[in-house]
Amino acid sequence: MNNQPLNLLWLQSGGCGGCTLSLLNADCRNLFDTLKSLGINLLWHPSLSEQSADEVTAIFEDCANGATRLDILCLEGSVLKGPFGSGGFHRRAGSISMMSMIERLARVAQHTVAVGSCAAFGGVTAAGINPADACGMQFDGDAQGGLLGDEYRAAAGLPVVNIAGCPTHPNWVIETLVAIAQGELYEDNLDVFRRPRLFADHLVHHGCKRNEFYEFKASACKPSDLGCLMEHMGCKGTQVHADCNIRLWNGEGSCTRGGYACIACTEPGFEEPGHPFGVTPKIAGIPIGLPTDMPKAWFVALAALSKSATPKRVKDNAVADHQVVTPANKRTRLK
Amino acid sequence: MTRRIIGPFNRVEGDLEVTLDIESGRVRAAYVNSPMYRGFEQILAGKHPLDAMTFVPRICGICSVAQSAAAALALAQCMGIQPPPNGRLAANMTLAAENLADHLSHFYLFFMPDFARDGYRDRAWFADAQSRFKAVSGSAAADVLPVRAKFMNVMGYLAGRWPHTLSVQPGGSTRALEEAEKLRLKILLAEFRGFLEQALFGDKLESVAALDSEAALYKWMKPRAKRADFPRFLNIARDLELQHIGRATDRFISYGAYADGDTTVFPRGLWADDRVLALDLGAIREDVTSSWMAGDVALAPEEGRTLPQPDKEDAYSWCKAPRLSGHVVETGALARQMVAGHPLVRDMVGRHGASVMARVVARMLELALVLPVMETWLRQFLPGDAYCLPSHEIENARGIGLVEAARGGLGHWLDVRDGKIYNYQVIAPTTWNFSPRDAEGEPGALEQALVGLEAEEGGNAAPLAVQHVVRSFDPCMVCTVH
Repeated sequence: MNNQPLNLLWLQSGGCGGCTLSLLNADCRNLFDTLKSLGINLLWHPSLSEQSADEVTAIFEDCANGATRLDILCLEGSVLKGPFGSGGFHRRAGSISMMSMIERLARVAQHTVAVGSCAAFGGVTAAGINPADACGMQFDGDAQGGLLGDEYRAAAGLPVVNIAGCPTHPNWVIETLVAIAQGELYEDNLDVFRRPRLFADHLVHHGCKRNEFYEFKASACKPSDLGCLMEHMGCKGTQVHADCNIRLWNGEGSCTRGGYACIACTEPGFEEPGHPFGVTPKIAGIPIGLPTDMPKAWFVALAALSKSATPKRVKDNAVADHQVVTPANKRTRLK
Repeated sequence: MTRRIIGPFNRVEGDLEVTLDIESGRVRAAYVNSPMYRGFEQILAGKHPLDAMTFVPRICGICSVAQSAAAALALAQCMGIQPPPNGRLAANMTLAAENLADHLSHFYLFFMPDFARDGYRDRAWFADAQSRFKAVSGSAAADVLPVRAKFMNVMGYLAGRWPHTLSVQPGGSTRALEEAEKLRLKILLAEFRGFLEQALFGDKLESVAALDSEAALYKWMKPRAKRADFPRFLNIARDLELQHIGRATDRFISYGAYADGDTTVFPRGLWADDRVLALDLGAIREDVTSSWMAGDVALAPEEGRTLPQPDKEDAYSWCKAPRLSGHVVETGALARQMVAGHPLVRDMVGRHGASVMARVVARMLELALVLPVMETWLRQFLPGDAYCLPSHEIENARGIGLVEAARGGLGHWLDVRDGKIYNYQVIAPTTWNFSPRDAEGEPGALEQALVGLEAEEGGNAAPLAVQHVVRSFDPCMVCTVH
């Protein structure tokens, strides 16, 4: 590990600030001390640092002209290219567009990190008619390119690291930053959408509390039902890359634990699924989005079989908001 | 006269710039610019009505549940449904948890660090303020971050996660509590109460809530000024006379917070001319004279349009300018407590008008007032009762959703036609507070609150008084323009 702490500059543009707020939920003794003890110096963050106004402009300038070493550039929020490619939907001091500032700083940064699906892929800001012409730093939806172009590599050699998520889990961010600070993040550690595999090698389905309902295709039919959310309620957890049900959120939470569908917020283009978020699209009664790595014929056969074998407890609880039948107690010792 | 552009302003949620005209060492005029536009209202047009529940929380990471709650109310009105009691309790709990966490974050992370700036090094309280409140390195940040994170575990149980939940729905909440989880929530609330009473107030919440005048507040502060953080602030604020800066129009609106059937914990109303009046929603118009938006006349929000016009002459902000019967009004915790009639804030505003100090006092007061209410709600969940009614399709309907976010009244106006969102208009709290000039040339609330502040004509740094006044509104800029 490098002895000198790495300078981290955090920028926000076309987003909601939710990834920062999520980061503040980090389950650690104190986020600032944690970063410091792991070799990261928070040069400036828009929500957390003291410096304002001209002091900030000076920090940006020093980074851009090399007076201050910029080790890690984090962007939260999408790049706003509009109107007409001017970047005018987000300007500083009446003239400089944030788009040009991001580009300038990315050219000198040792590492460039997109925090959240907006900065990575465009995200929610790029939904609908994409009024602000939003895109990600190195992706536009699932197409490579974005603001910086496919060829872009940060000075240390990596492409933009996409910590996707809407919002990101605090520990995805901290662990990625630590891996960078330790000099242990390589291209092999990123998946096809350049998401750190430390969270992207899992599916949201892994560890889902509703797994027994999934096994028997005992499905929720309305909001607050306990059953599996895949068949009717729009859940994509069996296809989406993230470990939300393994590491959990805000203590003991996750989307599916909260009673609602995984809407694929770590995936590029999640903001325009082509169907209402809360409804599973189907053809002939079969969900279009089948579990990852599962052949369709097998899924259909297994679903039919498991539905016919669903225990009454599972069937009844699936359409209630609390357990109406509790698991039976066996009288003999469990074998 | 000289003109200075101050920005980017940090420790406000989102992006902000303020242009000051300075003459004879004072601010003569201020122009507030919200410099970022994303276009959520344009994004929502044409969507399935329930998809609003996915999009609107993402307007803002800090008022995320408030946005969800407003959309849920507007959609429920369109559907003609009302959540069952458990659903309403869950909605109130999640919104209150967000609002209290926001009050805490604002105080410790956004507002107090300004008193640890070098400009105050000659003050008697400086060393104490610096070791406690310095941005990033102060001991308070180290104390409060884990406390806040732990408190937000309330969201893990009630909302799956925060920010950006989908548990808040028109029919109630998708997340029914198990009996054991109520006990865990009780423990979380008790731990949070412990922090507030020890570190923030140095007293019981009930004693803070019972403070009934400025004199009582100062008397209460004295023995605690070196051992708890809110009294520390009061001591500093009194020394800097923060009760005398930051006054806007002293017209306050509240949409009413935390509905319980037909009543609310904090009522709806307008405070003007020293009394509470009924709030006439029909008198709201959004003026776009100084906004980079197309349009000539100020429209009611249900008829509102959002059409960017970036090259518009004389415009200087992406923010529209909402007005109530043509008047500039202020919204936020202070407004809520003025309308609710809390004797302490009524006394302070009666003496000095709205101020930096009164706004902070009102937020801290709400921490003391609302946490006990959350403890009561937790006991009211009915075991086995429903949490959510099913949603149904909407063909043609209009709905309005009004809630109180931490930083003030948030309104959603929804118009559904042929099963799709035809028009979606949002007026956020900071849209009211940080609006630009209207057709009459009347400046927005912050623009008025900055006039008269001391400011050097030369120099580059943003005057500290300006920073206090700006941050006293607890602005959320990402909501403002959306």
